[in-house]
Amino acid sequence: MKNHVWRPLYVAICIVVIVLLARTVLVPKDYGTHEQGYMYGTHRKGSIDDWKSMTVKYKGSETCKECHSDRFAEHASGAHAVISCENCHGPRGEHPENPPKLVIDKSRALCIRCHAKLPYPGSPRGSLPGIDPETHNTGLDCVTCHSPHKPQIPGFEDSKPEVKK
Amino acid sequence: MINRREFCKKAMVMAGGIALPLSAFQLFDPKSLHAEKNDGNSTRWIFLVDTHKCVGCGFCVKACKSENEVPFETNASRTWVERYVVTLDGHTYIDSPKEARNGFTSTKIDQQHHGLKDVKNEDIAKGFFVPKLCNQCDKPSCVQVCPVGATFRTNDGVVLIDRKWCIGCGYCVQNCPYGARFFHPVHHVAEKCNFCYHRITKGLKTACVDACPFGARKIGNLKDLSDPVTKVIMNDRVGVLKEEYGNKPQVFYLGLSKEVR
Amino acid sequence: MVHGEVWTIKEFFTYPNEYIYWPITIVMYPYITGLVAGAFVLSSLYHVFGVKQLKDIAKFSLVFSFALLPVAMMPLLLHLTQPFRGIEVMLTPHFTSAIAAFGVVFSTYGMIVASELWFVYRKHFVEKALELKAKQSRSGVEGIFYLIYSLLTLGAYDISEHALEKDEKAVGLLAAIGIPVACFLHGYVGFIFGSVKANALWTTPLMPVIFLCSAVVSGIALCIVTYAAVVSMRNCIYRRKKKDNPSLPDDPTIKPVDIESTRTTVKYLIAFLILAFVLELLDMIFRIYTATKSWDILRVVIFEHDLIKVFVLQYGIGNILPFILLLLPGLTVRRAVIASTCILFGVFMMRWNVVIAGQTFSSSYSGFMEYHMPLAPVNLETLKEGLAGLIAVIVTPFILFFCFNKVMPVFGKPDSH
Repeated sequence: MKNHVWRPLYVAICIVVIVLLARTVLVPKDYGTHEQGYMYGTHRKGSIDDWKSMTVKYKGSETCKECHSDRFAEHASGAHAVISCENCHGPRGEHPENPPKLVIDKSRALCIRCHAKLPYPGSPRGSLPGIDPETHNTGLDCVTCHSPHKPQIPGFEDSKPEVKK
Repeated sequence: MINRREFCKKAMVMAGGIALPLSAFQLFDPKSLHAEKNDGNSTRWIFLVDTHKCVGCGFCVKACKSENEVPFETNASRTWVERYVVTLDGHTYIDSPKEARNGFTSTKIDQQHHGLKDVKNEDIAKGFFVPKLCNQCDKPSCVQVCPVGATFRTNDGVVLIDRKWCIGCGYCVQNCPYGARFFHPVHHVAEKCNFCYHRITKGLKTACVDACPFGARKIGNLKDLSDPVTKVIMNDRVGVLKEEYGNKPQVFYLGLSKEVR
Repeated sequence: MVHGEVWTIKEFFTYPNEYIYWPITIVMYPYITGLVAGAFVLSSLYHVFGVKQLKDIAKFSLVFSFALLPVAMMPLLLHLTQPFRGIEVMLTPHFTSAIAAFGVVFSTYGMIVASELWFVYRKHFVEKALELKAKQSRSGVEGIFYLIYSLLTLGAYDISEHALEKDEKAVGLLAAIGIPVACFLHGYVGFIFGSVKANALWTTPLMPVIFLCSAVVSGIALCIVTYAAVVSMRNCIYRRKKKDNPSLPDDPTIKPVDIESTRTTVKYLIAFLILAFVLELLDMIFRIYTATKSWDILRVVIFEHDLIKVFVLQYGIGNILPFILLLLPGLTVRRAVIASTCILFGVFMMRWNVVIAGQTFSSSYSGFMEYHMPLAPVNLETLKEGLAGLIAVIVTPFILFFCFNKVMPVFGKPDSH
């Protein structure tokens, strides 16, 4: 070696080479800059497929019609027609294979999401039929009196305002 | 010695020589020209929130959590609903109790550490609900600042997070002006709304859109001019949140108010 | 639990996903990086500008800066929710992110300091290696030391007058390159915060400069304190030994703390202290005067919630008190050490008041968050980012310094560079 002064530089170069070698081994092949450019499109391409392969749990009300046509028709004719089946019955998933039976949420807590009275000016919430959960038949489930599919109690139809779509 | 004339000549030749390739690069790059006019993609996912229709039921939050495998009890969410109550004396009370996963069921406003604030109905000038979610910005500052390229924008405009590459530094969380990001309690990486990417790429709508009984949430494709959502954004007066940050958010709002944060 | 939930208390309205995501570990990160940069700048004052009075402290601060260097990385690693993926910053740096430059800047700086140390201690390495080689029977420990020293020579055994001259030149050059790199290292830590546009308190172009000045201040202060402490400790040990064994020969390296060298150091300390203070004041005055949208909430944070932390602890104890202590005539080593300790505390509070206070208000500007540092570790999160992590970060540089000092003695050899 002619000049010892350069030796730390050689060590530094060695370290850089090691990092570059490690890169080729440790960085996935599909990592790189893709169509969206350097700032927004540098990523591992496989990640897109990772997200796409996630399972769909909510299948939508239309898929319920085939087997539950009677219930579906009943629901469609009521004031709750706008509410998706899965909001109360839970996500369908692979039903009827898995789960064979869906757990229906019949709790008061579910109903008062919309029907606890919040009479705010400027909000459609105020025009929904509303009750005070603290005083309205406390201790009883709503489904004791109201059918969830056709919630209006016969004889009381006119006293309740229409649900806006 | 170089005389003045020669100097000028040489300088001009040199300047020209440098400028020529540069200008050629700018003028004759069909790729960048095409990219500016049309990025070649047929899809750009956008979202429309109509605050006039939201009643604060929180079904969207509930559906989002189970669809996207964020535990229901997690005190953070990909989407949430805010309530704004403005009193007659000009005070604005805002809350989003547990991200509104159980909906708004009480008139009491959640002040978190300061408990519940009961605002009397007769004191209220207006009250409304604003659903929030990731804005899938055109210029996402969260993506710009990721040190390892673990978050990115897809060709159809959705910002995704690579769960296998995220180191969890939290820089993206800090750089989002909308508070859309958090850490997933199970995977321990950054997490946020991605317009249910697994659903929209299969032709379905997002879980929150399907769960909303009142049509307050809609997803659309900005590149498709016949899309009803695109039509609303083109023809109606829509607003976006926090435009001043320059992120170019792609979630559009009908009925925004000055109180909305 | 969501990351950050355990130490965050929320008031009024905050976005549901908002928590204090950057806790005490990220306070320590700019603090330690600042100490590294400051200590290096101090040592360079001797090597580059030939400030002769700083000869003793220069060598010390160089080694100490090197000991602090790996620790600057530690709080970051502790903070990551995926610490084992930390290496990705080196493998796939995404340079539009301010953090991505960390790998490059940090390693460049590390290599410069390491090279400079190599040139400073090369003669020592060679002598030691040869001495141990000449020994007939080496004990186990000596064997290890022989191996270390032989490795450290990098095969260059030439310690002729001519070769050593070259070393000295190389040290000067490296120190000169090192100053801008050290400044860049810390300025860029400031940029990491200053460029977060979503955070009203952080986003200011002054941030890198403020961070840099306070970094130099803290680095110099730490060197004064540690230098005085180590010298007194050595004296104390020597005196005790002498008492037990009066026949012990006089050690020429045992001398009291050099007041001249301390005074010169203090001069630079005061200069940077004034600069840092003025810049911070400028930033605040500008915010008060322009009173943009965010000022309403920042005013509450600065003048109500954090009033004591900002004006008493940071400006009072951290800036004004040491300023007075250092300017009073007849400066003694003890007073310099007390003032420096105050400054160290003040700079820590400054980091706290930036990093934590920046996260104590909601970006909705309608609510606040409060940070409660977890003391007892109840899970991995609170162990890494709580008191335990903090103590680990504080203790490690001293352990490293102790180890480095065994191989590269900071004291003694009065004739070396």
